[in-house]
Amino acid sequence: MADTTRAGAAGADGTSGARAAGALGSAGTVGTSGAGQPRRKREVNEEKVRQSEIAISLVLRIGVSVAVALVMAGLGLTFARHPGYAHLSGSSYHPLTMLSSKFPHTIGQLGHALAIGDGRGLIGLGLVVLIATPVLRVAVAVLTFAYEKDPPMTIVTLFVLAVLLSSFFIGGA
Amino acid sequence: MLDGFLRMYVQYGVTPLVFVVVLLAISVLAGVLGSLVGLGGGVVVVPVLTLLFHIDIRLAIGASIVSVIATSSGAAATYVRERMTNLRAGMFLEIATTTGAVSGAYLTTVFPARALFILFGVVLSYSAFAIFHKRHATAVLTSSDDRIANYFDLHGSYYDEAEKQEIAYKVTGTKVGLAMMYVAGMVSALLGIGSGALKVPAMDLAMHLPMKVSTATSNFMIGVTAAASAGFYFARGQIDPIIAAPVAVGVLGGAMFGSRVLGKITNTSVRIIFVVVLVVVAIEMLQRGVL
Repeated sequence: MADTTRAGAAGADGTSGARAAGALGSAGTVGTSGAGQPRRKREVNEEKVRQSEIAISLVLRIGVSVAVALVMAGLGLTFARHPGYAHLSGSSYHPLTMLSSKFPHTIGQLGHALAIGDGRGLIGLGLVVLIATPVLRVAVAVLTFAYEKDPPMTIVTLFVLAVLLSSFFIGGA
Repeated sequence: MLDGFLRMYVQYGVTPLVFVVVLLAISVLAGVLGSLVGLGGGVVVVPVLTLLFHIDIRLAIGASIVSVIATSSGAAATYVRERMTNLRAGMFLEIATTTGAVSGAYLTTVFPARALFILFGVVLSYSAFAIFHKRHATAVLTSSDDRIANYFDLHGSYYDEAEKQEIAYKVTGTKVGLAMMYVAGMVSALLGIGSGALKVPAMDLAMHLPMKVSTATSNFMIGVTAAASAGFYFARGQIDPIIAAPVAVGVLGGAMFGSRVLGKITNTSVRIIFVVVLVVVAIEMLQRGVL
């Protein structure tokens, strides 16, 4: 127990150290890589690149936090509405986890489940947020590459975003 | 006899609460492992659901997709901030993984799953062998004449906490990388698992990214690949909330912890852990193809 706490504390120190060193190190490499293939002026962009990384990291963190909060609330609600589920004996998980189990899997059903206060609706909503997080991450990347004034990569990410969005429409979800 | 008893006990004696708690604990482990090797936790979650809890493979695959997205987003937040992920290479290669995933979703009905499992098992066995063979390799490329990599500036650098120094590397073999990524995306949509198992070898072996950067970048990409087919799975009713909820929460927690560990261990250790996991996945695939 004490060991894990210490490891955790060391981890926190280590990461901040790494970040500082990373910033220094990348500043150092700029000169060398710039001399080889001067395709893109990274020197000018260094600050913007850092801001972009932080923006992408933040989007992921927020998406994940919202998803977890919704899923946990939904799980809590499910158990609160079905006290039998929370016993240690006398019921089985099996009817809930079969292919024939009833749970919301379209937007309409999800809305209905939420309206009647079914915990599984809330879990479903959390899962939708979780699934949407990588898509949102790509959308933010389009913006950050545009902000870095990097047209080739902006087009690349825009293409990825288009394919992702079309996959949702094709899927009919 | 004992097996039959255990099976009866698990199916009729385990209440929803116990199921959720046990699955949550296992998912934490899956998240730690998945975030380290860039595979996404499905490796652990699918066999646990099918073999221990006797859940239909289609629902297990739905849960696996959720676990992949959770591992990816949970760990990538840290990897991106610490510059372990090669953002540019990751996003560039997503061109191939997403188109692969979309075409794979169309082909689900065309390909016999059995043959796919066997083929995939063989490919993974070969990758495991190849990565094990170069487990001690540490040299990174210092120059690259790959025109695509140079045009999009896919090269990068990261701070290696184990070696206590900044490591700059060049990227090569983007065409082979793109082809492997397309297949990885297709496999992900067809089988619901294993996209990371092809992505890491593509980057480590074909494109010469350092191993840790390969797993961190694979980890970054698998979320998008999985999201491209998650819509299909959700609409088809393969994502059961009672299964997916503990998986999502547990895997996220595990991934956030695992992502703090990767920087500290050596590239050789990451390769060895990866090879072990890959061998297990390969056996899983072959078994499913043969039985």
